[in-house]
Amino acid sequence: MSLLEIRNLDAFYGDFQALFGLDFDLDEHETVAAIGANGAGKTTLLRAITGMVEATSDALDYRGDSIQSREAADIVALGIAMVPEGRRLFPSLSVEENLVIGGYSGRPGGWSLDRVYELFPALRNRRSVPGTALSGGEQQMTAIGRALMSNPELILFDELSLGLAPVVVGEIYEVLPAIKAEGTAMVVVEQDINRALEVADRVYCLQEGRLALTGAPASLTRDRIAAAYFGT
Amino acid sequence: MIEWINSIVQGVLTGGLYALFAAGLAIIFGVMRLVNIAHGDLIVLAAFVAMVVIETAGVDPFVSMIAVLPFMFFFGYVLQRGVLNYTLGDDLLPPLLVTFGISIVIQNLLLEIFSADSQRLNAGAIETASIKLAEGIEIGTLPLIVFVVAVALIAALQIGFSRTRLGRAFRATSDDPSTARLMGIRQRHVFGLAMGVSMVLVAIAGIFIGIRTNFDPALGPSRLLFAFEAVIIGGLGSMWGTLAGGVILGVAQNIGAKIDPGWQILAGHIAFLVILVLRPNGLFPRTRDE
Ligand SMILES: Nc1ncnc2c1ncn2[C@@H]1O[C@H](COP(=O)(O)OP(=O)(O)OP(=O)(O)O)[C@@H](O)[C@H]1O
Ligand SMILES: [Mg+2]
Repeated sequence: MSLLEIRNLDAFYGDFQALFGLDFDLDEHETVAAIGANGAGKTTLLRAITGMVEATSDALDYRGDSIQSREAADIVALGIAMVPEGRRLFPSLSVEENLVIGGYSGRPGGWSLDRVYELFPALRNRRSVPGTALSGGEQQMTAIGRALMSNPELILFDELSLGLAPVVVGEIYEVLPAIKAEGTAMVVVEQDINRALEVADRVYCLQEGRLALTGAPASLTRDRIAAAYFGT
Repeated sequence: MIEWINSIVQGVLTGGLYALFAAGLAIIFGVMRLVNIAHGDLIVLAAFVAMVVIETAGVDPFVSMIAVLPFMFFFGYVLQRGVLNYTLGDDLLPPLLVTFGISIVIQNLLLEIFSADSQRLNAGAIETASIKLAEGIEIGTLPLIVFVVAVALIAALQIGFSRTRLGRAFRATSDDPSTARLMGIRQRHVFGLAMGVSMVLVAIAGIFIGIRTNFDPALGPSRLLFAFEAVIIGGLGSMWGTLAGGVILGVAQNIGAKIDPGWQILAGHIAFLVILVLRPNGLFPRTRDE
């Protein structure tokens, strides 16, 4: 069943148009990777879904209902959570408070502080330090835990591995199956194409604000992906 | 010697009132980076609202709080949602100009309705009651009550900020408004609540001013200045800083007045400047400022 259905999406930063007529679909429980070069519009796509950027479309539907021009706060309450680029932890909040505030919308579900600490044991001992005192990997874990605390049906991950050591990236990616096992759908925006292709059921490749290529990873050759990515 | 100690004690008590002025200002600056030029006039407005309540209902100033506090909370919420939210953005100037305008409107409305006469809220015998601490040191019961209430309110705010859901929402919004929205925090509503809380403090401060001293429609700007100085002396890291700021200002003013009655206000400004030079971020700075 379709979770997210986007038709002909344009997005704007003032006069600057960042997305052009994008179509995007996501089924329940599905993991989709969005790849593309710097500035291709990946973050903008996630922002359009979460109501954080000015956008127009023929359809921007979540479970069949339009979320076009809904407030960001409403969209979280509907079950869409974001793990933003650069983690964006709240510096005046402790690690635990960062997790707790993830559940601010009060959406019911199975996630709790305890379950997040089970998923990321490293965070338990560091629960009372400020989020900014953590290593990059721990910050990313906190940002993921914070998103989980809203009991989402869909998590949008922006640049999961950016700036992290390969070992740490491995650790982060290891938890995705556990999240998927909850029935949570995922959109994974990633610079590390191999990682993205490993976890994804389908891939969208953006180029300069337009959809360049989409399909199941197995059906796409390296050359086609490279061509769509770099625009050769 | 004892006279100096007395001046300091009186100054500390006055400082509690200044801390109340400052706390409301600090909250809204902390949460939404809004510098409320009308803050002092809102304090005076609250005193006049209390005066009307006291006269119509025939109640004690303390009892009038039952009506005045919720009223001012509601007023603050509506003012924020209806006007001030639209002025907030990357540019710091619009909220300054708009609150400056509000300041002038309040002053003129009060002048129009209540005239320029000095007013006072009558709290009865408690106004003159006092407690003798030692030979030469006598403190008024009322200033003591004001001080204790101020400390209790600041403790409550500090706990509220650090332990409650709304407190976390305030801090998160202050840190990073756009990420806070992604958590499901409704910014406009949270700003409204912050202004509401600020106006409750304003109402309490206004009623205390009304009981302790005289007030008139033109009193606001000087109270705003004291509030500013207390906030800046204290720094924005903790509500306790605002209390420290208020107390330092109160003590400096009383010591100044002891030296020469004409130096009261000046001594406060000098203390403010000295601390600004020595500790530009105040005594309790925020740990992280962008
Ligand atoms: N706040 C903004 N104001 C103006 N233009 C912006 C803003 N954010 C992004 N853009 C522009 O929109 C386009 C798409 O940016 P976006 O951040 O969506 O790309 P991205 O694919 O996420 O890139 P990256 O890999 O660098 O994160 C770029 O040309 C970018 O310069
Ligand atoms: Mg991006």
